[in-house]
Amino acid sequence: MRTRLVTVLLAVIAALMVIPGTAAADAQGGENLNGQIRQPTTIEGLEITVYEGFEGDEVIGEATTDSEGKWEVGLPGPGDYRVVLDEGSIPDEYVVPEKPGSELEVSVRPEQERTVVFRLQTPAEAAEESAEASQEATEDEDGGGDAGAGSDEAGEEVPGAEAGASFSDRFFQLTVAGLTFGLIIAISSVGLSLIFGTTRMINFAHGDMVTFGAFMAMMFANMTLFSSLHEVFEGVPVLDFVFNPLVLGLVLAVVLGGALGAGLERFLWRPLRRRNVALIQMFIVTIGFSLVLRHMLLVVFGARRDKYPQFRIQEAWELGPVSITPRDAGILLVAVVVLVLVASMLQFTRMGKAMRAVADNRDLAESSGIDVDRVTLYVWGLGGALSALGGVLYGLNATVHWQMGFHLLLLMFAAVILGGLGTAYGAMVGGLVVGLVAMLSTLWFSPQLMNVWALGIMILVLLVRPQGILGRRERVG
Amino acid sequence: MDFWNILVLSLETAVGPIAAVYVLAAIGLNMHFGYTGLLNFGQVGFMLVGAYGVGIGVGTFGLSLWTAVLLSIACATVLALLLGIPTLRLRADYLAITTIAVAEAGRLIYRAEFARPLTGGVYGRQSLAEGFYAANPIPSGRYGLLGVDFTENQLWLMVVTWGLVALALALTASLMHSPWGRVIKGIREDEDAVRSLGKDVFVYKTQSLVLGGVLGGLGGAMLAINQQNITPDQFMPQVTFYLWAMLLLGGAARTFGAVLGPMVLWFLLTAFDETLRALVSADLLPFVDGSDIGALRHAFVGLALVLLIVYRPQGLIGDRKEMLVNVK
Repeated sequence: MRTRLVTVLLAVIAALMVIPGTAAADAQGGENLNGQIRQPTTIEGLEITVYEGFEGDEVIGEATTDSEGKWEVGLPGPGDYRVVLDEGSIPDEYVVPEKPGSELEVSVRPEQERTVVFRLQTPAEAAEESAEASQEATEDEDGGGDAGAGSDEAGEEVPGAEAGASFSDRFFQLTVAGLTFGLIIAISSVGLSLIFGTTRMINFAHGDMVTFGAFMAMMFANMTLFSSLHEVFEGVPVLDFVFNPLVLGLVLAVVLGGALGAGLERFLWRPLRRRNVALIQMFIVTIGFSLVLRHMLLVVFGARRDKYPQFRIQEAWELGPVSITPRDAGILLVAVVVLVLVASMLQFTRMGKAMRAVADNRDLAESSGIDVDRVTLYVWGLGGALSALGGVLYGLNATVHWQMGFHLLLLMFAAVILGGLGTAYGAMVGGLVVGLVAMLSTLWFSPQLMNVWALGIMILVLLVRPQGILGRRERVG
Repeated sequence: MDFWNILVLSLETAVGPIAAVYVLAAIGLNMHFGYTGLLNFGQVGFMLVGAYGVGIGVGTFGLSLWTAVLLSIACATVLALLLGIPTLRLRADYLAITTIAVAEAGRLIYRAEFARPLTGGVYGRQSLAEGFYAANPIPSGRYGLLGVDFTENQLWLMVVTWGLVALALALTASLMHSPWGRVIKGIREDEDAVRSLGKDVFVYKTQSLVLGGVLGGLGGAMLAINQQNITPDQFMPQVTFYLWAMLLLGGAARTFGAVLGPMVLWFLLTAFDETLRALVSADLLPFVDGSDIGALRHAFVGLALVLLIVYRPQGLIGDRKEMLVNVK
């Protein structure tokens, strides 16, 4: 039974992976919808009809899958379409699962060749899946490679991995990817480290706050309100960018992330501290909260892997040995600017100094007149905002997915331990090291294991220098 | 909605083999957290290596099941030492982070492509328990009471697993009443005090980690036997959090807390699932989709954890004073 479940999962993954492979193949211009039905096998003769609009009945085109299960329908222009798979044409031994179903709604942007994925399965699988699907329909993160279907994910996360590139090319490419990844980890984990410093609490929900940020931005980026607002400013040099739905979404997501963090501190952790709940118990509460948050996001946004609709396809710039898309360059730039801002805030402003003082020694800070409660509230707000920002950047760099934050959390732990628990600068350094190690390890080892190497580094550091790279030498045992 | 059916199904899971597996792992976790105060957030890692001891032993090398179970125990011991040696000298937070990370890294390694010849990669290992069921002395048929019934194979598995539970309980109870147990509880209360009495705290903590880990490994091995096949993705970090919820619900640092918790929580989970499913199929919850039930269940466990800690940290049968000390 379990094996069958895994097969189903792999089928889902493979189906998701088909998207970029076929989308890149055809470059004759104009919009079209296409796809390939190949799960569980390629099926010939399935009938697919495309209607105009989500509700409309006007037929745009029809197609029948060929011997490889492929189909394609040309479109008159960008817009909303409804794609329907005729259930009558499906062979008896297969059924269409409840999700995504036989009717899909897609929006097509100008010049987009959009791939639509239908999934088929055997009735037995369908019954089993409806019982267990949402619980575990997840593991595409690393399963992608196994399914062997496409390489969007692998290509995205390990840019230099394509065969044939020389070692030095791959080295530079992976260094850039590692820097990007490391900066994302650093941004997300500064908050984790500061929260630990000020409250001595390990926030196991931090990863899910990252996911929260990514999903919030996704929600805003897909809102028609924002895209119509964007249309007003389309073409205006600066405003075109400022009013891009994703840019607005990012700002709103960061604000909401900060509000979430501050709200948690104000309405959950502070009351718990007042009740004298022990620290260990607080750890367990963070775990409970992370389970709630993660699965509520799963229920609301679904288990699909998704990319932001904006900035998706870009021409890469060639800078010497390195090619980088403007999108990734933007991520690097935003990350560096934000980290510098946070560092100068910590270094030069009153609140920043107070944060460092509380992180250093809570009692001493309190007795020297710092309002520790207020500082803790700001730390949570800052941590929440930064984790949301990290989530949006990570989603932009890879994909948005309900478990992205949890996977990142383990690397964030590695980063803060590496840099020294409780120090903000340590988290930044640790994040960079972890990102670089994870990416560069793929030069020699399987990409599936890149996170394992990062965690390995963490254990090594615990053995030889438990206080971390920037941590103060003190008795930690 | 068929309340009787839901009740029967829930009772069946509460006493069934899966609950017994969780009880075994929870007794191990109780040894770590309840008695010693170790924050092990990676108990699922021990279950993973335990299950794969059987999986690799039987599935890859064709050993007999009994040898394979010994292999499981050996693997769990090695994992405990690997985890303990770098972290047990440090503060509790380090063990917490390391265990959660190592358990997840272990899952990634077991499912990785290069490990496929040994572990079967993402596909895992199949048909592991033929030897176990061949040794079944119970005549075939269905055995039941009040509508709850099991096949002879399920019954055989339950006899063995609950038997292991009884052994584990006897072992922990007698250990905890021995001088060793007093030192262990002393470490939980005040590590420095114990150290000042000349006890090597590190050694005691390592022993406790190994012992609890082996119980987790045995739980994993029984899980592999129960399902007859295993894949790495059954061992997601959520399993650990379920175990924590179960232990805290039952009451940590109580011999029977680790038994009561899993049984009650499995009963509640199945009742929750089935009720929700019945409501969904009766169209009473238009905003919930059938496939969301699993996710809602995880969220329910999370909420239960939060509420338990806030309102009843000692669980059903625990001692409040014992749970309020700040453990190490």
